[in-house]
Amino acid sequence: MQITSPSFKQNARHALDDVQLQKALGNVRAGFIDKRQKAVDALPEFDALRDSARDIKNHTLEHLDLYLEAYEQKVTAAGGHVHWAETAADARSIVLDLCRTRGARTVTKGKSMITEEIALNDFLDASGIVPVETDLGEYIIQLRGEHPSHIIAPAVHVNQDQVEADFRRVHTHLPADRDLTEPETLLDEARKVLRAKYFEADIGITGANFLVAETGSSIIVTNEGNGDLTQILPRIHVVIASIEKIVPTLNDAAQILRVLARSATGQDMSVYTTLSTGPRRPGDPDGPDEYHVILLDNGRSAMLGTEFQEMLRCIRCGACMNHCPVYHSIGGHAYGWVYPGPMGAVLTPALVGVEKGGHLPNASTFCGRCESVCPMRIPLPKMMRHWREKEFERGLNPATQRYGLKAWAFFARRPRLYALATSIAIPVLGAVGKAKGRFSWLPFAGGWTKHREMPAPETRTFRQQWSQREALKQGGRA
Amino acid sequence: MTVASDKPKVGLFVTCLVDLFRPVVGFAAVKLIEEAGCNVDVPMAQTCCGQPAYNSGDRHDARMIAENTIRAFEGFDYVVAPSGSCAGMLKKHYPALFKGDPRWEERAKAFSAKVHELVSFLADVRGMDRVTASGSGSVTYHDSCSGLRELGVKAQPRALLASMPGIELREMRDPDVCCGFGGTFCVKYPDVSNSIVETKTRAIVESGAGTLLAGDLGCLMNMAGKLKRQGAPVEARHVAEVLAGLTDGAPIGGKD
Repeated sequence: MQITSPSFKQNARHALDDVQLQKALGNVRAGFIDKRQKAVDALPEFDALRDSARDIKNHTLEHLDLYLEAYEQKVTAAGGHVHWAETAADARSIVLDLCRTRGARTVTKGKSMITEEIALNDFLDASGIVPVETDLGEYIIQLRGEHPSHIIAPAVHVNQDQVEADFRRVHTHLPADRDLTEPETLLDEARKVLRAKYFEADIGITGANFLVAETGSSIIVTNEGNGDLTQILPRIHVVIASIEKIVPTLNDAAQILRVLARSATGQDMSVYTTLSTGPRRPGDPDGPDEYHVILLDNGRSAMLGTEFQEMLRCIRCGACMNHCPVYHSIGGHAYGWVYPGPMGAVLTPALVGVEKGGHLPNASTFCGRCESVCPMRIPLPKMMRHWREKEFERGLNPATQRYGLKAWAFFARRPRLYALATSIAIPVLGAVGKAKGRFSWLPFAGGWTKHREMPAPETRTFRQQWSQREALKQGGRA
Repeated sequence: MTVASDKPKVGLFVTCLVDLFRPVVGFAAVKLIEEAGCNVDVPMAQTCCGQPAYNSGDRHDARMIAENTIRAFEGFDYVVAPSGSCAGMLKKHYPALFKGDPRWEERAKAFSAKVHELVSFLADVRGMDRVTASGSGSVTYHDSCSGLRELGVKAQPRALLASMPGIELREMRDPDVCCGFGGTFCVKYPDVSNSIVETKTRAIVESGAGTLLAGDLGCLMNMAGKLKRQGAPVEARHVAEVLAGLTDGAPIGGKD
């Protein structure tokens, strides 16, 4: 997809002016936070589980090659195929090749951020293959020609009236006078339309929440069951997953599952947790004839051994964006690429480059709320700061910021000069602002005074007053 | 000449915003630390904690500033700052800044161990459970992010405020959600920052309190500046001013 992260500021302005979006964002704030808190409060060992989840992933990342090879062996032994894709283009051409050689015309898809990352839908469309999103949110987004604005609630920015209008626009084979006023009726209509697609599809594509080295299984968690129908009904099931999705054992996956849904939606577990191991075996009642896994790198291995390695622990629960004041203000699209919110602010520069993604790690107040709720204890602010360091080293940030900071640092490093300069400047500023106690406008402070008053200083710095007080004391003792 | 005493020696890290914009917070801090049975001094070699440079990716300048700060406070038993964000920088980030540097890492760690945010120092280190000052009116307290999440400052200021006869605490909705200041964030992304602070001032006004309190001057200037721009009838002060009973002067951003 087109990366618009460089115009983050304009995107944000646009989002702030979007009345519909602002209303929808209220739901993020109201919905996810309390639900997560309730689920966490009900499980005394939640924080211990977070530690354990972090440790499992850390261990896995230290031995990633070993576990990936073990996983591949198990998948092959179960009758499946593993394809290694270094880039997004590699992954796309593997999918296309599977479609072409199997004569596939329609592909159903379970919810998958990784297929967003490789822009699979547009590619399949352009290649004459019809991709059908089966997750309700993703289906709505697809009808609207949009991209997800949230990694677990892709259509969180869309409201009910808009969905009704979209369904009427697209489902023209249904009676025009039908009642679509309730969420249930909308859901029912989507279900009916999609039901037919499952049977038409030649290939079903899903992502993976986990890949298990011990058994060669892939695991998806869903709340609608669409993932199951996507992977069981077509002849061929293709899993696309990035390499960091691997965990050593089923036990490890089970551990992390205990923090995943609680962090994401406040559920103890998602409604469906589905394990797939290889194709249908003789005697199985259902399942695909072929089972393929595409393991995608696309920049992950370059993060290994760097200050960004910890980001590879991310399990895509969305808790960071659900708790982020910046995300609450502007929503996901403003971030300008696939991954929004704090996790996107770290991941996007890693995957598309800091030249394009540089705004995202800067557009954070470092309030730390994301880190405080991250089930994998990823130090998101710290990693955003590392991106700022990279940016600074390469001179990518705006000149005004650089010089302003350099000027401040110049004085901050020289206590005597700092004392002298401030003892001259502050009384002037204080005298000018004395009458009102604040400024509505100040030179060089437009970013501040555009929206707020600037409180005026007292007439002398603390150090001036303190020095005088101490001198009087000394004088009194003399 | 000063008389030697067995009282702990506290170095006040006054913070640049307090130094330049609101010295009364510094004097309130001195008064409170003295009430907690300590001697206070203000080393003049201090400037800023280096956070603006550090959070803008300028590690080199942040380190130079940090070295200066560490040197300035080496003779003290404690280093206390009336700001969660500066105290967080000194305590949590200085050791990270010097990690792997044989000359500075240990010094930074030893320094870090002595650092405390003001209210946390009073309550947790000195065991203060009441203040001598009294006040009047209703207040609401905003939890600034660094103090809350890096240093665990939440119950302490509320407990000390509760010990003051005449002060009524009215909690705002979501007191622990960021006000949108974020240091340089508020001037780099003014529109987003404004949206966040508008949510915050709505919660402040809805609380019905006459005075907004917090432990960080940066956040206070942001919120007070917005309240003033909106013409809201809420005064803003640093929590130390109220705890020390130094509330005769104008609130942040002036009187109306």
